Amino acid sequence: MSILVDEKTRLITQGITGREGMFHTEQSMKYGTKVVGGVTPGKGGQTVLGKVPVFNTVRDAVKKTKANATMIFVPPPFAADAVLEAADAGIELIICITEGIPVSDMVNVYKYLQGTNSRLVGPNCPGVISPGKAKIGIMPAHIHKKGNVGIISRSGTLTYECVGQLTALGIGQSTCVGIGGDPIIGTRYIDVLQLFQKDRGTKAICMIGEIGGTAEDEAAYYIKKHVTKPVVGFIAGQTAPPGRRMGHAGAIISGGQGTAEEKMKVMKRCGIKVVKSPADLGKTIKKAL
Amino acid sequence: MKIHEYQAKEILRKYNVAVPSGVLISSKSKAAEAAKKVGTDVVVVKAQIHAGGRGKGGGVKLAKSPQEAEKHAGDIIGMTLVTPQTGPEGRLVKKVLIEEGMSIAKELYMGILVDRESSQVLIMASEAGGMEIEEVAAATPEKIIKETVDPVTGVQPYLARKIAFALNLEGAALKAIIPFIINLYDAFVKEDCSMLEINPLVITSDDRVLALDAKVDIDDNAMYRHKDTQTYRDLDEEDPTEVEASKFHLNYIKLDGNIGCMVNGAGLAMATMDIIKLSGGEPANFLDVGGGADEEMIENGFRILISDKSVKGIFINIFGGILRCDVLARGVVAATKKLHIKIPVVVRMEGTNMEEGHQILKDSGLNFLIGDGMKDGAQKVVKAIK
Repeated sequence: MSILVDEKTRLITQGITGREGMFHTEQSMKYGTKVVGGVTPGKGGQTVLGKVPVFNTVRDAVKKTKANATMIFVPPPFAADAVLEAADAGIELIICITEGIPVSDMVNVYKYLQGTNSRLVGPNCPGVISPGKAKIGIMPAHIHKKGNVGIISRSGTLTYECVGQLTALGIGQSTCVGIGGDPIIGTRYIDVLQLFQKDRGTKAICMIGEIGGTAEDEAAYYIKKHVTKPVVGFIAGQTAPPGRRMGHAGAIISGGQGTAEEKMKVMKRCGIKVVKSPADLGKTIKKAL
Repeated sequence: MKIHEYQAKEILRKYNVAVPSGVLISSKSKAAEAAKKVGTDVVVVKAQIHAGGRGKGGGVKLAKSPQEAEKHAGDIIGMTLVTPQTGPEGRLVKKVLIEEGMSIAKELYMGILVDRESSQVLIMASEAGGMEIEEVAAATPEKIIKETVDPVTGVQPYLARKIAFALNLEGAALKAIIPFIINLYDAFVKEDCSMLEINPLVITSDDRVLALDAKVDIDDNAMYRHKDTQTYRDLDEEDPTEVEASKFHLNYIKLDGNIGCMVNGAGLAMATMDIIKLSGGEPANFLDVGGGADEEMIENGFRILISDKSVKGIFINIFGGILRCDVLARGVVAATKKLHIKIPVVVRMEGTNMEEGHQILKDSGLNFLIGDGMKDGAQKVVKAIK
């Protein structure tokens, strides 16, 4: 089993005719994801990648293809609009890869989504993959292996690192969810934890966090109360100076809040197996299984 | 992006948020004239640097005459101001703001920020103005008023009234603060601020409501739609190497150690700094070359790393996804040759085209150390510089 994406996912790509959008749509198709269409306003009627129809609006795409998921590669100034369009068309799963969306745009998007049935993952995230079933996003497919560890992370390449360690040990993953490195994101740790707890195919959970905000603390308290599966955690940025934005828009220690030390303390207190070294993620998960 | 107090106040004026009248000068000789123009019996001379805590370091002074204003301006302009936020090296002051003095009846605090917990805009206010809000929050959290703003309605008068009454205001001050709050929120949203702090917000003895100080951060991601505020960037307030790196779209932050690191992705870059420290070394920087780095970017990254003279060794940690290891290896070889790098370079790479990458490093004839996993790589670089 897996969460969020699988064989039933019918994917469209918003921004499909752009360089990144086209490349990653092709990669997702090669992995076996059911790509049913794409959207680029003004380019409706074209066919790309041999067989993928392009539509002018998401609504057209949904009507013609019964798409239930979208992957967004639209540039930052227009990305919030793309999310809203997808939600308006009733798409259930919206995965926004775009990095650099103004936070005030996301304030509006977040509020709007509250009244809809759409789930947003991201923005500024690598996407979601259920190994052996479907991939929506930019992660390198070949490092993954089908299995029973669920991964949730705010970071892209650090997730690949963890996946790489697991696969090298012969341990597969049920689903890997990149929730994104921005201050405002559509899906939080808690939302994904809830899904992993319910998923019969997930036996252990790996939670990768970083400095900034209090989402990991919130997740830790949730785990203590509601998650019975073993959870292994890591927080990146133990050596990061306060007040500096470490690459991700959300990775900043401000007003003494959001340090790695504090997060790790809370996580430990809530029963999560916290590793100090990112090199120990794989073997600690192996032990937890 | 951080901006100066005088720039923040320019923005506030545009939105009809009351600020003291003031004149910005960059030379002592203009001080007396500026003080006369401001026109109050007492004026305040305020150093303009990005760091807070200026008063504690001697960067804010009262003057009772134009002559005294000139003397203070002379002392402050050109001084290296050390505050709790500048670090021991301090900041060179190039400009001062000469502002009207006033009789203050009450000092309040007001801040607006994007609250990560609610994912909405939050207004915070407190009667404990003039103090560090973090200290107030830690000692007496009940003294902080918090109101989340619905982005659809914005701040309506009722919400402003709610805050005003909670601040125990009455009479003319109560009337004056309502448009103040509404306009402040307007400025926050329209100028794409990520943080806006008025501390203190003052009520004068004649019931005027003014932003005596103003601290504004603007969302870097939104800069493209604010051509006018782009000019507010002050490169003198930033680390020169970081400015150089930003020209090449490299995410670089200088730290105090001696092991330079180059990584793809922000999370892995932080984790790499952590593992260097755990292996007994000290990272010299954070450097994220991003997912789509090419040969040229890697060369620029190298140049920036070695421009820091305290760097004694380099650790390259790449998990190739979109970025292929063979492309990376070619870039590393080219840059090492071109820049005549003599210090130890440890390369750890994994992912797409890893074998080809390692072959390229081997065939280069250069003396790279190869890390087998990130822990081994970190240990090798720590050992190599000892």
